[in-house]
Order: sequence, then C-alpha cells, then structure tokens
Amino acid sequence: MSDLDQFRTEVRAWLEENCPAEMREPVRGDDDVCWGGRNWQFKNEAQKLWLERCVAKGYTVPDWPKPYGGAGLSAAETKILRQEMARIGARPPLSSFGIWMLGPALLHFGTEEQKVHYLNQIARGEIRWCQGYSEPGSGSDLVSLQTYGEDKGDHWVVNGQKIWTSYADKCDWIFCLVRTDKTNKYQGISFLLFDMETPGVTTKPIKLISGNSPFCETFFDNVVVPKHQIVGELNRGWDVAKYLLGHEREMISGGGLGDGAPSLGAQLKNSIGTNGLGQLDDGILRAELAQFDVDALAFKAMAERFGDEMKAGKGHPAQPNMMKYAGTELNKRRHELVMAGNGSDALEWESEASKGGAKARNWLRTKANSIEGGTSEVMLNVISKRILDLPGA
Amino acid sequence: MPMFLNEDQAMLRDSAREFLKTEAPVSHMRKLRDEGCKDGFRHALWKQFGEMGFTGILIGEDDGGLGLGHVEAGVVLEEIGRNLSPSPFLTTAVAGVSALNHGGQHLKDKFFPGILAGETVLALAIDEHAKHRPAQIATKAEKSGNGFRLSGKKQFVVQGASADALIVAARTAGAPGETDGITLFVVDKDAANLSIDNTRLVDSSMAAHVTLDGVEVDGDAVIGDVDNGWQVLSALLKAGRAGSAAELVGVGSGAMDMTVDYLKQRKQFGRLIGEFQALQHRAAHLYSEMEIARAAVLKAQQLLDEGQDSADIFVSVAKAKAGRSANLAVREGVQMHGGIGMTDEYDIGFYMKRDRALNEFMGDANFHAGRVAEIFGY
Ligand SMILES: Cc1cc2nc3c(=O)[nH]c(=O)nc-3n(C[C@H](O)[C@H](O)[C@H](O)COP(=O)(O)OP(=O)(O)OC[C@H]3O[C@@H](n4cnc5c(N)ncnc54)[C@H](O)[C@@H]3O)c2cc1C
Ligand SMILES: Cc1cc2nc3c(=O)[nH]c(=O)nc-3n(C[C@H](O)[C@H](O)[C@H](O)COP(=O)(O)OP(=O)(O)OC[C@H]3O[C@@H](n4cnc5c(N)ncnc54)[C@H](O)[C@@H]3O)c2cc1C
Repeated sequence: MSDLDQFRTEVRAWLEENCPAEMREPVRGDDDVCWGGRNWQFKNEAQKLWLERCVAKGYTVPDWPKPYGGAGLSAAETKILRQEMARIGARPPLSSFGIWMLGPALLHFGTEEQKVHYLNQIARGEIRWCQGYSEPGSGSDLVSLQTYGEDKGDHWVVNGQKIWTSYADKCDWIFCLVRTDKTNKYQGISFLLFDMETPGVTTKPIKLISGNSPFCETFFDNVVVPKHQIVGELNRGWDVAKYLLGHEREMISGGGLGDGAPSLGAQLKNSIGTNGLGQLDDGILRAELAQFDVDALAFKAMAERFGDEMKAGKGHPAQPNMMKYAGTELNKRRHELVMAGNGSDALEWESEASKGGAKARNWLRTKANSIEGGTSEVMLNVISKRILDLPGA
Repeated sequence: MPMFLNEDQAMLRDSAREFLKTEAPVSHMRKLRDEGCKDGFRHALWKQFGEMGFTGILIGEDDGGLGLGHVEAGVVLEEIGRNLSPSPFLTTAVAGVSALNHGGQHLKDKFFPGILAGETVLALAIDEHAKHRPAQIATKAEKSGNGFRLSGKKQFVVQGASADALIVAARTAGAPGETDGITLFVVDKDAANLSIDNTRLVDSSMAAHVTLDGVEVDGDAVIGDVDNGWQVLSALLKAGRAGSAAELVGVGSGAMDMTVDYLKQRKQFGRLIGEFQALQHRAAHLYSEMEIARAAVLKAQQLLDEGQDSADIFVSVAKAKAGRSANLAVREGVQMHGGIGMTDEYDIGFYMKRDRALNEFMGDANFHAGRVAEIFGY
C-alpha cells in the first residue's frame, strides 16, 4: 500500500469514528454553519464535538503547518481528506473568513509572531474575522478607498466608513484596508488588524433582499490601532489585499460546485413531474437542466484541475478570477432552475412547508455571488487585462 | 389594427400611469409588506380602480362596463407592473371577467356590479401542483342532487383568502391529461367544506392552498357548459396569460428604467459606470428585448380582441417572451446595481421577486415555449 493509500485508510477510519451523525447532514442554510468566535453559540452538542475533535487533529485547516494550528498535510493528503469528508457528507467543522481569506494572507505576509498568534486563534475557531474593504464610494474601484489612518507614533487613529461588511456585527476582529498615505493611490494603503470592540467602532446592520441581515455599515471614529497590528509593510497593504482577494475569489467560486449531488435535473424530477417515459414532462426545462448538468460537471472538472494546478504552482495567477466568474454565474443559474423546477411551491416565503421560504431566500442570496468579492464585470476586466493582455483593458 | 396604441388607448395609459404612480407606487407595496397585510392589497385601492373605470374594461356595455378589450386591460397592467401595485385586477377584472363572460346572465348579474364598483374580488383555483399543468386537473365534481359536489386540492390561488368567490376548475368526466370533461364553477367563499389556507409569497403577494372536501354547489354555479369547461378555462387562461405578460413588461421596464438611471448616477474609477461599454451594451441589449416583448404582448392582445384563432399561439409567445425579457431585466438590474441592489431598502429586489411570481403564474416561459412547439406540431 502506498503512503497515500495508507493515509486514506487512516482518515476514513478517523472520520467514521469521530464525525457525529448530525454533522453528516447536508447544510441547509446559514444556521447549519459553524462560524466560531468569542460569542459563538453552538447549535447543538454535535457541532461542538465535531469542532473540538477537528481542532485537536488540525483538521479545521489541514494544510496549515502544525505550529499554526494545522495538520501540516501535503496537497495530496489535503485532497484525500476533502474527498473522504465529501464521501460521508461531513460538514466543514468550521467556516470562517479567517480560514478562507486572512489565514492565507498571514501565511504569506505575516511575521512569525503574527502567524503563531492569529493563525492558531483562527484554527481553533476562537476569533471570528470580518473584512473591511468596500466603502460607499469604493466598490469595484476599491483602490480609491478613503478610510484614513493618521500616524500617531506608536499607533494609528483610524477614521472612516466601510460598507457591506459581512457579519461585522457578529465578528470579533476586522482585517481592514486603511489609507496611510493620501498622496499615493496604490502604495498608500495599509492592511490593519483590529478588535471590533475597540472604542470608536460601530456597526449598523443592513437587510438583504433575502430578508436576512448578514452585512453592515461599519463606522470608525478615532479608532486606535497599535503599530504592530499591520500585516506586511507600511503603505504596501494593496499587495496583501490583492493576494487575499485571490483566495476569497477561489472560495466564492466553490459555490459553483453545488451541494455535491451529481445531477440537478434528477433532483427536480418529482416536483416537475414526468411523462410515461420517465422524462420530465416539460421538454424545454429538461433541456435547460441537461445543459446545466453538462456545465456543472465540466466546471467540477475545472475546479479539480484548478486546485491541483494551483497547489503545484502551475496555474496562471489570475485564474481565480476566471473561477469566480464561472462558478458564481453557474450557481446563480442553478438557483434559477431550482426555483423554476419547484414552481409555486418555491414561491412561498413564510410557510412551514417551504421551511420559511428557504428556496426563495437561497435563490435571492446567490444573486450576491457575482457581486461580493469583486463583480463578474470586474472579473472579466481582469481576465481581459491580465490573462488575454488586451490593450486598454 | 396598427401596432401601436390609438388615441383613446394612449389616454387610458396616461391616466393609468398617473393614477398608479400617485396612488400605488412601489412605496405603497413596501408599506403593505412591512405591515404584514393579510390580503396583500388594499380594498380602498380596489375601490379606486372601480371609480377609474378600470374594473369594467372587459365587461360589456350591456352589463354596465366599458366593453373594451385586452389591449386596454394590458395598458393598465403594464402600469401595475411598473409600480408593483398590488391589486386583484389581473385575477378578477381580467381573467375572472373573461370566464364569466362565457357564463349565464345570472352569473354576470351576480358578480359584475360588485366588480364594477371595485368591491368584489374573485380568485382562480386552477393549479393543483407546483407547476402549471391545467390539463392535468384531477379535482372531482360529482353530480349531487341538482348540483355538484367538489373534492380536491388547489394551490397558488392568488388572493384566495380575500376573495368573495373562487372560480374552480374541476373534472366532471374524463381523466387527468384530457381536456374534455372539465367544468368551471363559481364557489362562494363561505361554502361548507371549503378551507382556504393563506400564505405569503416571495413578492409579498398572498396566495392560498384551497381544499375542497365535498363542497356542494348547485347547477347555477357552472360557468358555461358541463364537461365543456376547457373552452371557458381557455378564455380565462388566455386573458390571464396575456395580462400577466403585460404586467411582466411593466415589471421589466420598471427595473430597466431604474437601472439605466443608476448607470447615469453611480461613479467608479472616476467615471459614471454607464460609460463602461460592457454595461452600455447589456443595457442596449435589454432595451431591445423589452421592446420586442412589448410588441409580442400587443400582438397577442390585438389578436385576442379581434377574436382570431392565432391568438392562442401568440398569447404563449407573449407570455414566454415577456417572461424571459423581464427576467433578464431584473437579473441585470440587481447585478448592475452592485451591493446596493442586494439590499432590502432599495427597490430593485422587489422587481426581481415580482418577476419570479409572475413568471410562474399561468405557466412559465418554458411551458409556453413548449406550447408553441405543440401548436406547430413538432
Ligand atoms: C452579500 C454581500 C456581501 C459582501 N461582503 C463584503 C465584506 O464582507 N467586506 C467588504 O469589504 N465588502 C463586501 N461586499 C462588497 C462587495 O465587494 C462590493 O459590493 C463589490 O465589490 C461591488 O462594489 P459596489 O457594490 O460598490 O458596486 P459598484 O462598483 O458601484 O458596481 C456597480 C455596477 O457597475 C459595474 N462596474 C463597475 N466598474 C466597472 C467597470 N470598470 N467595467 C464594467 N462594469 C463595472 C459593476 O460590475 C456593477 O455591476 C459584499 C457585497 C455583497 C453583495
Ligand atoms: C457579407 C458582407 C457584405 C458586405 N457588404 C458591404 C457592402 O456592400 N458595402 C460596403 O461598403 N461594405 C460592406 N461590408 C462591410 C461591412 O460594412 C463591414 O465589414 C462592417 O462595417 C465592419 O467593418 P470591418 O469589417 O472593418 O470590421 P471592424 O470595424 O474592424 O470590426 C471588427 C470587430 O470589432 C468590433 N468593433 C468595432 N468598433 C467597435 C466599438 N466601438 N465597440 C465595440 N466593438 C467594436 C466590431 O463589431 C467587430 O466585431 C460587407 C461585409 C460583409 C461581411
């Protein structure tokens, strides 16, 4: 048996023994996600147990080095762990912006001290992070951001406003883009970390069209940030920000993979209805679903190729933009089809039968996928410029 | 008939536009939503519809109506769509009246005065599954004394809980899948063994699940002929489909106008986002699609008013085309607004929700494209 086969056998046995049955149920919505953080209330004992066991094993961040809370797995081992988790439908033990976004940036740009401190907190689900990038006047044109940090010797005093800050009202710390030099656009931004409980930080939730309120306006009024809470060099935060965005885009593109079910059309058979041949009784919808299944399976292959190439350092560095574009557009299409396939049942917004309008709310939420983390238009602009090398793009 | 509105129709459009913009703009709908309004519309507004004469558009002059046609009904519906104004106009004054026009004088005498006054509300109990499949009707109507006894389940009965009466499609003969053997009935909301379960939809409109558990009606309740209800149902559906297509054009246009306005206001990269050709072209494409949809809808309405056989296929063309175009408008609308488009506080999301519900109503774009193939025989 090769080492990897041996590893697979071990992982399979470990998961079998340690992943509670409740944690093998599909994630039905945000309520089933474990975000961690200072004020985290576990939804049930199983969620707590699953997190604790994975933390002990380093499996919340399997490919991070052991000193930072990971399991130190190789790319091949990480892939096997993910495959084995998918095989039994195991939920991620912990989801967080710390894992997906800040962690990779710290691994690349952080000091040893920062890595040991922040990465371990992230891996253990102790601190929940939010992302302070967008501002009212700076969305797609992020680099025009105005939030200003005034140099006061051993600290900055930060003033300004962020917007669309996901979960800001529930998060413990923020990674935040702050202008530290007003005379230099790109090289005048610093990447700062600070506690959301620092005096002067306030948040105001904004309601989404799905009826939930996961994002906020975030205000900074003379917020004191010690100098050691900077990641990377002074005024070179844009490099950190962009590196992090690559990881964010990769993460969001994962929505394109759906819930792991092999075929959307097959899932919708009962609600749509079938004819005597067992085919969907709406030939046009059937064709649309078949086309979707083709695209979804092809995208899945692309995602695997992308992952393998990235880990091997082979992919084009701008490729996450393509993945984000394709994955989010696919996910939006999936949910349009889920709505069409479930007809008037899926229109219900509050009823028990519809689980409080779960399908409609999820469908509406996916519309943000091609906006958050950079819009589809921005992704296409980046592909035109950085991959196709088009003039003027 | 020229393919544009004549002078009278244009006048009607102007007054409908002014009326709905003033009395029932999007903020009106938002208010009802925030209040959790159980009817999903204001009865006072419905009365105003009566005062404006809108509710009598499809009622003949002999019966006290205006004796106008589907073009005129559509003119009002497009403005309803643009303002997302909640009302029973489509179900009652368009689809309901079109069915009752096939019924006996006693039914017209019973319902038309209340509809003309903007008081009576009718709801349509047709669908029995998540998808619109009218030929599959299984609700049974068995002979009982000099009337019938109805049993079955209906869903997506828009405003079912606030209606004074339901128009119920049931089977007096034949098997699901057959168009023969269907009969249409008017069932009073207070009938025994009728239960109406009110539920809110994504667009904040109200619809009901209706259970008929041996509801007794007398022979007078039949609209048209027993076993031959497919004809009446077809009239109802054509009116409702052409009407919802017109409303979809309004929804799409409203979303498009908001979006084009936004492209002229929002700045990024030191420019108005409307200066980016990537967005210009999509807005221009959307404009083309909306114009074509509006033409398809007008064609269907004119053919219906002329009583042409080809109205059948064109109603499906209209519903499918308007459905696809409005859906494009709301998707582009949210996307081109960026983050603000995802917020409840901003109106564009309401257009997306209304589009979803209207697309589903009386058959979505796929269903109607399928009908076009069927009618062409392939
Ligand atoms: C659900 C959700 C969660 C979010 N979470 C966070 C978060 O946690 N932290 C955070 O910092 N931000 C977050 N965001 C913000 C997100 O990153 C921004 O909304 C996004 O970058 C777009 O910016 P904007 O909203 O200002 O839109 P704008 O930039 O104003 O864009 C409006 C429209 O113009 C288009 N456009 C702009 N420039 C161009 C161009 N050059 N060419 C072609 N088209 C263009 C856009 O693509 C879009 O369609 C979130 C957003 C959403 C919807
Ligand atoms: C079958 C045929 C018959 C023709 N007959 C005649 C004729 O009888 N008489 C005659 O005079 N000419 C004729 N033409 C020529 C025709 O008018 C030109 O081909 C056409 O105007 C495009 O010009 P071009 O070929 O130089 O392409 P270009 O103008 O070089 O365009 C190349 C591509 O760039 C795109 N593009 C250009 N500008 C922009 C912009 N601002 N924004 C976005 N995209 C842009 C174009 O849409 C196209 O996709 C004919 C062409 C064909 C194919």
